[in-house]
Amino acid sequence: MTLYLIRRLFQALLVMLAMSLIVFIGVYGIGDPVEILISPDADQAERARAVAALGLDLPLWQQYGVFLVRALQGDLGRSFVYNVPALQLILQRMPATLELAVGATVLAIVVGLPLGLYAGLKPDSIGGRSIMAGSILGFSLPSFWVGLMLIMVFAVQLGWLPSTGRGTTVEILGSRWSFLTRDGLAHMIMPAMNLALFKISLVIRLTRAGVREAMLMDYVKFARAKGLTNSRVIFVHVFKNILIPVVTVTGLEFGSTIAFSVVTESIFAWPGMGKLIIDSINVLDRPVIVAYLMMIVFMFIIINLVVDLTYTILDPRVRLESKAI
Amino acid sequence: MNTLEVQGLRTHFHTRAGVVKAVDDVSFSIAKGQVLGLVGESGSGKTVTGFSLIGLVDPPGRIVEGSIKFQGRELVGMPEEEMRQLRGNRIAMVFQDPMMTLNPVLRIDTQMIETVQAHDNSSREVARQRSRDALGMVGIPSPDERLMSYPHQFSGGMRQRVAIAIALLHRPDLIIADEPTTALDVTIQGQILAEVQKLAATTGTSLLWITHDLSVVAGLADDIAVMYAGRIVEQGDVGEVLDAPLHPYTSGLLGSVPSRNARGVPLRQIPGMTPSLLSLPKGCTFRARCFQAGEDCLQEPPMDEALPGRFVRCVRPLRATVPTA
Ligand SMILES: Nc1ncnc2c1ncn2[C@@H]1O[C@H](COP(=O)(O)OP(=O)(O)OP(=O)(O)O)[C@@H](O)[C@H]1O
Ligand SMILES: [Mg+2]
Repeated sequence: MTLYLIRRLFQALLVMLAMSLIVFIGVYGIGDPVEILISPDADQAERARAVAALGLDLPLWQQYGVFLVRALQGDLGRSFVYNVPALQLILQRMPATLELAVGATVLAIVVGLPLGLYAGLKPDSIGGRSIMAGSILGFSLPSFWVGLMLIMVFAVQLGWLPSTGRGTTVEILGSRWSFLTRDGLAHMIMPAMNLALFKISLVIRLTRAGVREAMLMDYVKFARAKGLTNSRVIFVHVFKNILIPVVTVTGLEFGSTIAFSVVTESIFAWPGMGKLIIDSINVLDRPVIVAYLMMIVFMFIIINLVVDLTYTILDPRVRLESKAI
Repeated sequence: MNTLEVQGLRTHFHTRAGVVKAVDDVSFSIAKGQVLGLVGESGSGKTVTGFSLIGLVDPPGRIVEGSIKFQGRELVGMPEEEMRQLRGNRIAMVFQDPMMTLNPVLRIDTQMIETVQAHDNSSREVARQRSRDALGMVGIPSPDERLMSYPHQFSGGMRQRVAIAIALLHRPDLIIADEPTTALDVTIQGQILAEVQKLAATTGTSLLWITHDLSVVAGLADDIAVMYAGRIVEQGDVGEVLDAPLHPYTSGLLGSVPSRNARGVPLRQIPGMTPSLLSLPKGCTFRARCFQAGEDCLQEPPMDEALPGRFVRCVRPLRATVPTA
């Protein structure tokens, strides 16, 4: 197990290194931040001084070298715009994105699992069919459109929910959280729902497919033959088996949710990392963009690891193999 | 009173392609402590017969006609909750494929204890004790450790023993054993057979032993019922039927068993194939493969007591002419 973890961490480092190179070259290949950052009426000397101060006069490979050395010391560069460490900027915004993503994931499971279960147990009923039709909508409606419709209906027409910002927040451990106040929670509902829609559909489909498959298995029939009640068969025998794919996929999806919360955050003016990255791209704030992308890669690696470990808890067959390593 | 009495049972599957008459007018009975061997080719309806008895026929199949009396109680049309209380308790079933019958993600103790607790309110400790005893009874070494294992840590033979142990937990009055030893190698098969025989003798449990292995039936059963295309074609005392079969199909089955033939003599095969249950020929369903079929076989043959205690569904029974042995 320890050996397994060490190997995974080593792999993670390699992935981070490769990603840093790709991200660095990619970001530095596009646009020239000097045009945006320095006022057009600055003279040549001022310009040169600014360029040198930002380290933009060095050749690409040297810039990358400097970046890498600093990154290893935990310094991902300073924002051109705010003149604070990029990492700090991102970490400040992270709680907002995290709570949104967690909220969306919880919604996806709380809503998706029961609906999927129902649709799997009664695939031919009206309810089951409607759930499946709904999940197709959830998959295919564009996220920004749904977001706008939510605002139109619940904020503009009905006036039930606020449509922008995080509302009142509480500070815990140096970060601000919305989900602990009534007002904050009210602000969270729509963006979280917007972000969750795709995931709910995904969980519904996975659950339904898993249930339908499991119901045909001999072990379910045998559980019945043992005289177990229907609810025990479904909630223990079937459920434990479908949990494996559902946990895997929602876990892996968690990374994408964070990465793609950009749209939702922009629509609901949610001050998270997604909003930050869009703003940074607009002004070509390279260090922030690079730091953000590195953070996302790091997060994906961590999530993958956690999912793998959870998987071994849920599926005894995998556990044995990892023991053998 | 017989433990089990089945009268005119018909279980049909209403599929898109038509009605599959998997079990069609089947009648038999098993006295207390007796073993009935149910034999027949693959697809003849043995498993469906077994599932009909415990009310676990999967849709689109259902019992369309007939009566199943268990200790005098009618099972056909019995409310689900009453049926559940019988299943795994008074009537237990062991499935055909030991690799598929245990839930892969639940520990053996979970799967056994839940069976105990489904039918009485024993404490977990008592239930565990009983599970351990049952494992010991079917010859599983160090049952305490084995209780903590998962199914994938067992071989096929061991899994089938676990399944048999589960069937024995409530000392049922009837065990339906669906080819429980077919997937196992010969030595283990012998051990399990001996144990089951001992059990039936000591506890007065009646057994419906489904198999297509005639040598198993010869050693284990009191009576035999031969099934062909959803019907019982011959029934009687196991020794008498195997020594002097009356139905050409039974005789054909016997002729294709290697051990009953002299060395060097080619095995006799039954020509042709089992007819499709979707479109059974009129009259005797074995007619097309029968070496002595004639005009009168176009009539539906009735079940007939050709000799005392010997029932056969054939208008031209073989009488005393024994082709082999
Ligand atoms: N769910 C189902 N839908 C349609 N037909 C079915 C279904 N289950 C079983 N049948 C049909 O019922 C018939 C009898 O099947 P059954 O499993 O009882 O055979 P069997 O005698 O147990 O054979 P084997 O020795 O291979 O186990 C088969 O022809 C099969 O096609
Ligand atoms: Mg079968």
